[in-house]
Amino acid sequence: MHSAPQPLHIPDGFLSVLVSLLFWLLTAAAVGYALRRVGKDLGDRQVPMMGVLAAAIFAGQMLNFSVAGGTSGHLMGAAIATILLGPWAAMLVMTCVVSVQALIFQDGGLLVLGANIFNMGVVGVAVSYMAYRTLQRLARGARWGLFAGGFIATWLSIEASALLVALQLAVSGVSPANVAVPAMGGVHALIGIGEGLITLGALAFLYRARPDLLLAGEERPIKGQFIWAFGLLLAFGLAVASPLASSNPDGLEWVAAQAGFLDARRASPFNLIPDYLLPGISNQALATVLAGVLGMLIVFAVTLLVAYNRRARRASD
Amino acid sequence: MHIHFLDPFQPRQSPIHQLDPRVKFVLALAFILTAALTPSGAWSAYILLFALAFSATILSDLGASYVLKRSALALPFVLSALPLIFTTEGASLLDLSIGAWSLTVTQPGLARFASLALKSWVSVQAGILLAVTTPFPDLLVAMRALGVPRLIVAVIGLMWRYLFVLADEALRLIRARLARSGDAANAELRTGGSLVWRARVAGGMAGSLFLRAFERSDRIYMAMLSRGYDGEARTLPLPRIRPLQWLTLGVGLGILALLLVLAYLI
Amino acid sequence: MHHSIEVKDLSFAYPDGHQALKGVSLSIAPCEKVALVGPNGAGKSTLILHLNGILMGSGEVRVCAVEARKENLGRLRAMVGLVFQSPDDQLFSPTVFDDVAFGPLYQGLAAELVHRRVEEALCAVHMCGYERRISHHLSAGEKKRIAIATVLSMQPEVLVLDEPTAGLDPRARRSLIQLLCELPMTMLVSTHDMHMVGELFPRMVIMDEGSIVADGPTEALMNDQALLEAHGLEKP
Repeated sequence: MHSAPQPLHIPDGFLSVLVSLLFWLLTAAAVGYALRRVGKDLGDRQVPMMGVLAAAIFAGQMLNFSVAGGTSGHLMGAAIATILLGPWAAMLVMTCVVSVQALIFQDGGLLVLGANIFNMGVVGVAVSYMAYRTLQRLARGARWGLFAGGFIATWLSIEASALLVALQLAVSGVSPANVAVPAMGGVHALIGIGEGLITLGALAFLYRARPDLLLAGEERPIKGQFIWAFGLLLAFGLAVASPLASSNPDGLEWVAAQAGFLDARRASPFNLIPDYLLPGISNQALATVLAGVLGMLIVFAVTLLVAYNRRARRASD
Repeated sequence: MHIHFLDPFQPRQSPIHQLDPRVKFVLALAFILTAALTPSGAWSAYILLFALAFSATILSDLGASYVLKRSALALPFVLSALPLIFTTEGASLLDLSIGAWSLTVTQPGLARFASLALKSWVSVQAGILLAVTTPFPDLLVAMRALGVPRLIVAVIGLMWRYLFVLADEALRLIRARLARSGDAANAELRTGGSLVWRARVAGGMAGSLFLRAFERSDRIYMAMLSRGYDGEARTLPLPRIRPLQWLTLGVGLGILALLLVLAYLI
Repeated sequence: MHHSIEVKDLSFAYPDGHQALKGVSLSIAPCEKVALVGPNGAGKSTLILHLNGILMGSGEVRVCAVEARKENLGRLRAMVGLVFQSPDDQLFSPTVFDDVAFGPLYQGLAAELVHRRVEEALCAVHMCGYERRISHHLSAGEKKRIAIATVLSMQPEVLVLDEPTAGLDPRARRSLIQLLCELPMTMLVSTHDMHMVGELFPRMVIMDEGSIVADGPTEALMNDQALLEAHGLEKP
């Protein structure tokens, strides 16, 4: 039922260990702060509300429809969670959604989970909140503020997450910024429109059925200047950094070389081709052959063990 | 109508299934960390990592191909690393020119790309093994033991419980849409307005899903209150990890550390 | 005399202005089994939600001489086992064990006692050994039994059930009625299932439009064709 992995969920192996750990730290700080704030906003209803809404976002991701050229619009959910629950609870909801996607469906890796939560949960929510609140203020309570805010929040959150993924890949030395940034940014500008339209449809439905759910946020405004500013800063930072990075990919590559020193420590064996390092290659080949033999022995031993065990069990039955 | 296939867990009586979930969780994470730390081009280390993952698959009694098939899921993302083949400097293997463009495949580029793909692939296998051999409630236990905040664990538990219920509801909505749209196959042929219309339909379904979720959360909240819930996430103390499990953890971590050392030495 | 449930002149209006209860009074003696019937929207569920203080209206509600007030909520909720209509709302934990242990855990019992309570409650509903099962994979009848176990584990004085037989197939319904018959505590059951009422409950209370319109021996009320018809009920 579950659709193909989405390009915003980075699998393990694509970010350097340093980048992964750095984003774990940032995520832990943001989620820790959200945890402290959320109790004040939602009270003891928080657990059932966040749990069921997280499940709804997860289930809502099954409702997709084709936009154009094989891309399909479907829910990432950060914007709608922000609109319905406020920024802090939305952050936790997205943290849970992204974690479960990684844990059960391997949609996104575990070591890079910190980065994935940060991209979709923390940044997606902060940017959504900034855009939604701003448009609502501008609209002064008029209905168009809700819908325009919802659409723009959705589009921006997707685009921001996508650009961040591109920059993370570039800093990890996996994909140069002048390729990754335009590719990710371009595709997600399209996907963002699809998701924005779904968000609009969902908001229109809720507005007709239960306007109180959407207006609740305005009646008890959550003190969110901090996250509003954070969202603005992120959106602004990405808007500046992405074109900069993609026009000067060498800058990030330099960072990648510094950050990825663990990777760089070891030169690739095929470097050693023709003239200058013949002795090295025999060494390398030998090690590989040995590893192959050892690996096969391990697998063979385990297979024997399992087969033996089964026979023993069958005999005892 | 139930969505059982949302739950990847496959019940078996294998040694991997019987491993304490906390030990299994830590070993899977350590395995992925080891793969990530293994330098580029350390083919022998990759072979050994794969041998470990594959042995665990065999031990888990799931059939050798099961995990391999599922692990193909992560492959599309590999595309994002494709530029590495052309942009890494080094001895050139192959020149491709398409019109004015010229791309050079370099040897170190190809090696880095292959390393990355292999590392990612073995990591995904570890993740799959963890998910397939551990019932989700046990994963929650592992999360608690690893210090994930209680509130998050509680929300994830609720989320997992209602994932199935709401996914069933979403499926019913999708079926209702199919039943009402006679020529859904021709939907692509319609002009401009249809995209907005389709988005509206999908959005309306998402909206009704959220509405049901809200209403359900009210009822769950009442059910929780009725049983004394006071807003705090309370849990029973975790059972102790048995000595044999500690031993497994130690041996597993030892092997991985050894493998990492080898990867840098060879 | 000391009653299990005592409601005096209870009125309640929802925030949207709908007057759901209009001066309801009701007494139920210890170990009495009472059916609460009436059309949808009669106020049955609203009345039930007052019994453990989830809703609080004007008037008096006492359960085992404990008044429904803010400071008594903990004790009240431990004494009144409230089972909701949809087991999917009642079973909110990943496993059966977690769900049945929820009540005792919030009563502050020690881990050992919690385990014992869970075991006893599951055996009482004939579901011993289901601890590790996952709620989603259970059948409707099994879910219903576990839902009852989730309140039995709190060892309540009074059991209040909302539509216990709704959505069950005939066999599951039969065995649920059997189970309700076995449980010894005071019981107030809101239901549309008139067959079950006739079979299981000596006393019947009819509600309509927020008031109690009849309260008496089931046999006598069941024979009052005019009364039943006036409130949209049918004799089995």
